[in-house]
Amino acid sequence: MALETVRVQRVRTSAFRWEWLLLVLIAGTFFVNSRISPHFLRYTSLMSALSVFLEAGFMVLSMVFILVAGDIDVSVASIVALASVLMSLSYKAGLPMGLAMLVALGVGTGCGYLNGLLISRIPNLSAIIVTLAGFSLYRGIAYILLGDRAVGGFPSWYSYLAWGDIGGTGIPFILVAFLACALVYGLVLHRTSFGRKVFAIGTNRIAAVFSGIPVARIRHTLFTLNGLMAGVAAIFLTSKLGSSRPNVATGYELEVIAIAVLGGASPSGGKGSIAGACLALVLMRLLRYGMGLRNVPGQVMMVIIGIVLICVVMFPNLLAARKRRPAGS
Amino acid sequence: MRKVLLVLCLVVLVSLALVSGVWAKGYTIGMLVKNVGNPFFEACARGGQEACEELGNNFIFQGPATPTVEGQIEIIENFIAQKVDAICVSANDFDALVPVLKKAMASGIKVISFDSAVNPEGRLVHVNQADAEQIGKLQVQAIAEMIGYEGEIAILSAAATMTNQNTWIRYMQEELKDPKYAKMRLAAIVYGDDLRDKSYNEAMGLFKSYPNLKGIISPTTVGVSAAAKAITDAGLIGKVKLTGLGLPSEMAEWVKNGACEAFFLWNPVDLGYLAAYVAGLLCEGTITGKEGETFKAGRLGEYTIRKSGDGGTEVLLGPPFRFDATNIDEWKDVF
Repeated sequence: MALETVRVQRVRTSAFRWEWLLLVLIAGTFFVNSRISPHFLRYTSLMSALSVFLEAGFMVLSMVFILVAGDIDVSVASIVALASVLMSLSYKAGLPMGLAMLVALGVGTGCGYLNGLLISRIPNLSAIIVTLAGFSLYRGIAYILLGDRAVGGFPSWYSYLAWGDIGGTGIPFILVAFLACALVYGLVLHRTSFGRKVFAIGTNRIAAVFSGIPVARIRHTLFTLNGLMAGVAAIFLTSKLGSSRPNVATGYELEVIAIAVLGGASPSGGKGSIAGACLALVLMRLLRYGMGLRNVPGQVMMVIIGIVLICVVMFPNLLAARKRRPAGS
Repeated sequence: MRKVLLVLCLVVLVSLALVSGVWAKGYTIGMLVKNVGNPFFEACARGGQEACEELGNNFIFQGPATPTVEGQIEIIENFIAQKVDAICVSANDFDALVPVLKKAMASGIKVISFDSAVNPEGRLVHVNQADAEQIGKLQVQAIAEMIGYEGEIAILSAAATMTNQNTWIRYMQEELKDPKYAKMRLAAIVYGDDLRDKSYNEAMGLFKSYPNLKGIISPTTVGVSAAAKAITDAGLIGKVKLTGLGLPSEMAEWVKNGACEAFFLWNPVDLGYLAAYVAGLLCEGTITGKEGETFKAGRLGEYTIRKSGDGGTEVLLGPPFRFDATNIDEWKDVF
């Protein structure tokens, strides 16, 4: 156990440096953006720019846990679609909106539970295979249920979740909800024994098993949690769109994973931080917002984001390679 | 090494600053399309640019990299932040853009849709390319003429979920009920999902399943060119006729080899022109988007705003344009 504590300690300090790198990049982006567009620094625009992709941010939080444990989940966007469609349908069937939102959470949790069950209980079934199956399965069900139709007409208060701000301060409600969630996730990952066990599983799964960590149960919990967060994302996304369709959130899974990785989580496990993920989210938003203000075309934006992602992610690897070498590079 | 990387990152950021433009004095009109890199919308953009130059307005052309409603919401938020004066949007979803477009309208932006409509709640007026009924019926009339009002026909559509195509097909079926088509039979409707290989295979499948097939209608640009290739490859030129909605640049080859005698489409340059013109007039306050208003749209002439099928108002560009051997050369380089 002593050895493991040392390892966790080291991981934590390296993650700390990573966050500084992200902060420098955010400051740089902020500076450049404010120079290239007179609109950038307007408070309301900044706030709405930060909350544009935030519904997916909820999934980034739980995805960090999944990545830290050395797993991956590509089914989240499809879970969002299914949860959103079922929530809308149950509202249309006469359920009060509050209960319909619980349906979304329940559907998300259920899908995540199923993913986790298969992954953790059946030996040698890899997470990528199971969640790839979930990727088609969940959205497929959503298509069967709704086909080409859209369901909408929610009560007007429901749009507050994605569009409202806190008592006229201009701070979006979704931003506050996200920060509260991030705080909880951050504390659990970095300050509890559960979090330490997640790191241990991702660092060396076999060693974790032999140290008496309930690996299967914890992995099962993490996937269930990821499903729950997909349900949360579905509630906010549906509120943003004002209606639901089976094709909502298309492609979100990759953006979620990309942001978690940009935030310092490693797909090979054992590394990652919630603060890093939040900073990565901010960096990505500021980049896209700045480029949007200059009307950079969509394809060019994709290329630039890709370049930024690869540059930032390879940075620590190059540093490590340099350190390992005796002299110079 | 660390320095090199940091410099690299900063270079990327600074390079964003290079995209800069000098604005003219007029209104700023943002055109938002389903996705960028689509020749149809590039042609719309040319028309939009032209209209804005005539009216002395600034023109911004934007679209997400993939045709998603989430991508369009992000761009509309950026339009709001830039304080554009008008937005012309070709929507990826009839309903889902309504909340963000309402926000745009609340901040004083004139919002219209063109090509693919948004819910009337989220727009002032829609610029429609052509009447859905007309589009459906014209294609049936064309294929009937080609096959001499006799024999089996099939429809090769895009995806089964697409609203446009489904509406047109409904009007096709209605037109086919007319007694003059009594000897024609709609044998099948198949879906190529707007993928070239799948559409091609579906067309080939039709030849196998219906050996007496006389004609195919494909109301989608991807489907019609894939069907033309399938007809050519299967050696059925002249035996199976083809019409539909196609892009002249893609169809020129097949018109010339006889696989497709004639097809239809609206002119996307004019569509973009009309949309940007309407947006400009809304900014000036010349029109408000109400039913019955009339205006002159530059080189396109007089238009009247009329009631649309979805409960809002619309401006109709005109009847679909017929492309055949007589005019294909003139259009194949345009779009």
